[in-house]
Amino acid sequence: MIDVLYFAWVRERIGLPKERIDSSAVTVADLVTELRAREERYDLAFSDLSALRVAVDQELADFDAPLAGVREIAFFPPMTGG
Amino acid sequence: MAIRILVQEAPFDFGAEADGFAAGRTDLGAVVTFSGVVRDLSGSLDGMAIEHYPGMTEKALDAIAREAEARWSLGEVLVIHRYGEMAAGERIMMVATASAHRKDAFESAQFLMDYLKSRAPFWKKETAAGARSWVTARDEDEAALKRW
Repeated sequence: MIDVLYFAWVRERIGLPKERIDSSAVTVADLVTELRAREERYDLAFSDLSALRVAVDQELADFDAPLAGVREIAFFPPMTGG
Repeated sequence: MAIRILVQEAPFDFGAEADGFAAGRTDLGAVVTFSGVVRDLSGSLDGMAIEHYPGMTEKALDAIAREAEARWSLGEVLVIHRYGEMAAGERIMMVATASAHRKDAFESAQFLMDYLKSRAPFWKKETAAGARSWVTARDEDEAALKRW
């Protein structure tokens, strides 16, 4: 089981901040493919990966990052702090 | 070196923080402070909400401060960043750096700002003229990282 978190407009588009997913995905990109196949709101949220960032266990990562042993994945738009 | 990171919803007292920063450290002759304030360029801003990623935010800010510590000679680093609802003119965040020399204090403060803008998980949402919209990241902010 993996915790999947969504922030900012990704959270709004998908309609929830967090969910627990039972996934056999090997990489982040595989997980995105699984999520997009679920429902249109997921498909829309993930339609342009260049507009998204991903964190794996609270560290910024790439979409080809492996998921073995990972507990938490977060998807969000580019950050706008400061 | 002392690193202090505060991620909080409540306002902070910039003057008191600046006064207390590196107080008593007579070896640190250079102190730089920067503060980010909610701006309203159009005059139509009703407010701003900042969302963050609890847990990752603190880790990311700590990692950025440690990177600054590795690159410059610093005695003290302070980062305060708020989340939640804010009005125009309210302080969003501050950084402070203290070093024996001004070059290290200035450069590390700029480094901290450049990195925390694009690498710390905060997202700003503005309400202006009644409409809410997410602030989009600027290419210049990403490009600013390349100089380091």
